[in-house]
Amino acid sequence: MFLIYCPYCEEERAEEEFHASGEAHIVRPTDPESLSDEAWGDYVFFRKNPRGNHHELWQHTTGCRKFFYMTRDTATYEIKEIYKVGEQPKVATAPAVPNKYDQFSSEQAVKK
Amino acid sequence: MSQPNRIQGNNASAQSRVDVSKPITFSFNNKPYTGYAGDTIASALLANDVDVVGRSFKYGRPRGIVAAGAEEPNAILQLGKTEATQVPNIRATQQLIYEGLECHSTNGWPSTERDVMGVVGKLFGRFMPPGFYYKTFMAPSKLWMTYEKMIRKGAGLGRSPKAVDPDTYETINQHADVLVVGGGPAGITAALNAARTGARVILADEQNEFGGNLLSQTDLLDGAPAQDWIDNSIDELATADNVTLLINATVNGYHDHNFLTIHERCTDQSFDLAPEGEIRQRMHRVRAKQVILATGAHERPLVFGNNDIPGCMLASAVSTYINRYNVVPGKKLLLMTSNDNAYNTAFDWHNSGRLVRAIIDTRPAAGKTVVKKATDAGIEIIYSSAIVQAQGNTCISNAMVAPLDETGEKLSGSVKQYDCDTIATSSGWNPAVHLSCHTGGRPTWREDIQGFVPDNFNKNMIATGAGNGLYPLTEILQDAASAGAFAANACGFNATKTSYAKAAVEDVAPSMPIFHIPHFKPTSRAPKQFVDFQLDVTAAGIELAVQEGFESIEHVKRYTALGFGTDQGKLSNINGMAIAAKKLGKTIPETGTTVFRPNYTPVTFGAISGRNVNEFFDIERYSALHTWHVENGAEFEDVGQWKRPWYFPKGEESMHEAVNRECLATRNGVGIIDASTLGKIDIQGPDAREFLNRVYTNAWSKLPVGRCRYGLMCGEDGMVFDDGVTSCISDNHFIMTTTSGGAAHVFNWLEIWHQTEWPELEVYFNSVTDQWATLSISGPKARLLLGELTDIDLNPDTFKFMDLREGVVAGVPARVFRISFTGEQSYEINVQANYALAVWEKLFEHGAKYDITPYGTETMHVLRAEKGFIIVGQDTDGSMTPYDLDMGWAVSPAKEFSFLGKRSLAREDTVKENRKQLVGLKTTDAKTVAPEGSQIVLDPNQKIPMTMVGHVTSSYYSAVLERSIAMAVIKGGLDKMGDKVYMPQADGTTIEAEICSPVFYDPKGERQNVK
Repeated sequence: MFLIYCPYCEEERAEEEFHASGEAHIVRPTDPESLSDEAWGDYVFFRKNPRGNHHELWQHTTGCRKFFYMTRDTATYEIKEIYKVGEQPKVATAPAVPNKYDQFSSEQAVKK
Repeated sequence: MSQPNRIQGNNASAQSRVDVSKPITFSFNNKPYTGYAGDTIASALLANDVDVVGRSFKYGRPRGIVAAGAEEPNAILQLGKTEATQVPNIRATQQLIYEGLECHSTNGWPSTERDVMGVVGKLFGRFMPPGFYYKTFMAPSKLWMTYEKMIRKGAGLGRSPKAVDPDTYETINQHADVLVVGGGPAGITAALNAARTGARVILADEQNEFGGNLLSQTDLLDGAPAQDWIDNSIDELATADNVTLLINATVNGYHDHNFLTIHERCTDQSFDLAPEGEIRQRMHRVRAKQVILATGAHERPLVFGNNDIPGCMLASAVSTYINRYNVVPGKKLLLMTSNDNAYNTAFDWHNSGRLVRAIIDTRPAAGKTVVKKATDAGIEIIYSSAIVQAQGNTCISNAMVAPLDETGEKLSGSVKQYDCDTIATSSGWNPAVHLSCHTGGRPTWREDIQGFVPDNFNKNMIATGAGNGLYPLTEILQDAASAGAFAANACGFNATKTSYAKAAVEDVAPSMPIFHIPHFKPTSRAPKQFVDFQLDVTAAGIELAVQEGFESIEHVKRYTALGFGTDQGKLSNINGMAIAAKKLGKTIPETGTTVFRPNYTPVTFGAISGRNVNEFFDIERYSALHTWHVENGAEFEDVGQWKRPWYFPKGEESMHEAVNRECLATRNGVGIIDASTLGKIDIQGPDAREFLNRVYTNAWSKLPVGRCRYGLMCGEDGMVFDDGVTSCISDNHFIMTTTSGGAAHVFNWLEIWHQTEWPELEVYFNSVTDQWATLSISGPKARLLLGELTDIDLNPDTFKFMDLREGVVAGVPARVFRISFTGEQSYEINVQANYALAVWEKLFEHGAKYDITPYGTETMHVLRAEKGFIIVGQDTDGSMTPYDLDMGWAVSPAKEFSFLGKRSLAREDTVKENRKQLVGLKTTDAKTVAPEGSQIVLDPNQKIPMTMVGHVTSSYYSAVLERSIAMAVIKGGLDKMGDKVYMPQADGTTIEAEICSPVFYDPKGERQNVK
């Protein structure tokens, strides 16, 4: 169970008080109607799943109910930084891991 | 009663921890035995010369006690005097006896002495290779359930109690600077050095007293018996107020960010049922800045033929029984070892006055210290040899010994027989690395000690002592002292020196890396050489698995079931990996280890749930009127966490009869429902309107003060996830209602958008669900009734449908909403929750003359279905757009801001033809109510598998319409009005129905708009 520092309450609290809300910094397109189905679909449905540092959105659900950001290593679960909404991360995310099946699917496509 | 194996008189060990002045009677498999205070079940059974404690899982072979601690694979017992106090999977080696204790073998149905599985195992054993269950029983799969039942009963895995557990359990949160896991020489030394700095220290040990391996050995510390040092150290720690000492407390789980769980058995060691007012078990939830693992090590047995005959034991376990419990488990010992350390077992046995037949050393030579001791005691040492096979039935009668070549892989001479009744073996030690792996660490192989040690994955964890591969006592103590001081300093304390006890330094010869003793026959033909006793995995089985192509150790594990038992392979894993590695032609580190996961030893459900049982198991929410509902005979339904009245039966009424009566009373007079569970969110701020515009599909800019509007909420995927009425109290003040189950999610939804996307909007949210009670009256008499109790002008020309008024109802301030979920003229009266009961009772007092009728959720469902009103989550399933629900009227595409989900409503998939759409269904036979969830087909005569075009979402009998009504989602349903569809049922019948509008009653809405 994680020990998480709430940047608003300025205290370390147990993970039970928090709720993970997925990938951080997904910005809503300002003009959704101008986007293609594919571009809009990327925004709505597609999320990163890196091995390593990941920017995440969390909420202090049973505390101040504020949302904040966390850079967390998805392999070691180490929390690298916590920052408030409106701030930018100092730690970069892990490079995308190439999906080993990508190659497989392209091979299949060639066979067809 | 005599205890033939209890050492008495001059031979008795002075350090023994049993109190012979306190005899205790207990029963095992319904037979009474006597032991002494301080005995475990295992030591007491051995004292009584009990050889067989169970039958093996697969072959039904007799099994005896092997170990003296958590690693015991065979002596797994069912404990408990009464049905309610049954506990399965207790290790006899870890449970103390107490007066009247009752225990049974778990694997041994119908008896350990002679049983069905024993015969099965003997007859068919050779036909049960690894993967046997998969290969044999998975086809035909239907029969698996039958086989499984039989096998489980025969093999026995313990059973859970059938009566309610009368004991109390609890959880406790703890914070520590340094948590020391394990109270042996290393743990005590580390705790002392950490505690002396002032750090908050928790020292936990799974045994009933501190001392660890010192209790089993005869070492001197600072020139005195080790027990003196243990007593002094524990005294010092116990008197320090920065130290918490826990015994009978297993650190079972090592979780993220140094969160560890400790399972403390408070009364288990003394009572079947905890005494009144006492806690049986406690789960400590510890957050520690630093963790010191002083977990010790488990001895590894050597693998040889018939090594499971009762009497084959770990060398260290034999020493433990002799020194700690004054029990010598046999008369004639044959010791086989690949290291010096195990020689001590022969000396302990010798000192107990019984015969050591010989020491069989796989090496060509041993260390000077032990050789001298053996010579002095007159014990024969046979070098470069091994026990290849034990012989006997339910106990050992003799052993076959043969010379080994220098590689240890081949026999190099002829076999000689030695008579003996006990065989103790040791191939070295496995550090107990389990906890270090729980959060992702992978142990590192150390060739010099032939064992895995914890890695550095956890930055705030230090492993020390035998748990880190240190075996000489002097080194253990020195290292543990440094670990304690280091951990304290890492927490900000200032240790400048360390202190530790001094132990003797011995001349030790290197041990030999050997795991599996060769036989004169090939492994596959030799007598069974067991690796995992609990699951009957043999060396031959592992070799066969490799031969069949399983190369990863994780696959070998799953194919053979190696390490799958309740012991989690504490004894067997390294031997199994070594055998697999050899067969694969790889080294052990190349083969790798399997993954250890929490928990280290089994944990009871009681300890996990603590006080969260019965009514505290899950939160139950009650409305302010709950007591009235209970007193008036309501049947309840769970809606989320809420307990809502389902219906109010009168006399002997069935649910169907009650619902029909409640529906008709509402349609013809006045009905009342407690709608307090509706989610209510108070929204305020100058940008409240704009915010509503963005989160709802419809427009809010022009909603006047005092008016209400129904809205749909969609996710960004365009799918409806909640609905409700939002009312304008003032220009900057709205009250939003949500579904009862969706309130928390909607509240969260509003917050996330406001905080992360639109912080510039000045708007504030507050959940007021519990603060306001909602009393909803419906029916033609509703206005008459309310008129008697309020100062609000109910003139229907001014207080119209979808209007809101504030005023006084039954003497208290109220908000009255003229909104309707029944299709009748309806008023939702909102009052402060603590006035609710008084207002409710006033309504009944005045409503008696109109035959006011309370109704529950079931009648509410029928009434709304008659009107075609949806219930989100019942008629929708997360794949329905507003257009699929034929509710395009609630979508305003013209709004300036592109509301949440709007763009998705124009995606290729959401605009395609033939989407599932919500329609009504009328069964051809008006009395037939189609089951909800019925699949719908267009052609009832199509061959199976039929083409399913949708399913029934809501289905009821409507009393007012005197027929069955249903709502369904059907592909392209809105274009199929009047078409016949069919619902094939599981019993072979088919229900026929016609697609229609879902508004079955009062389609023009004249009743709710009535003037």
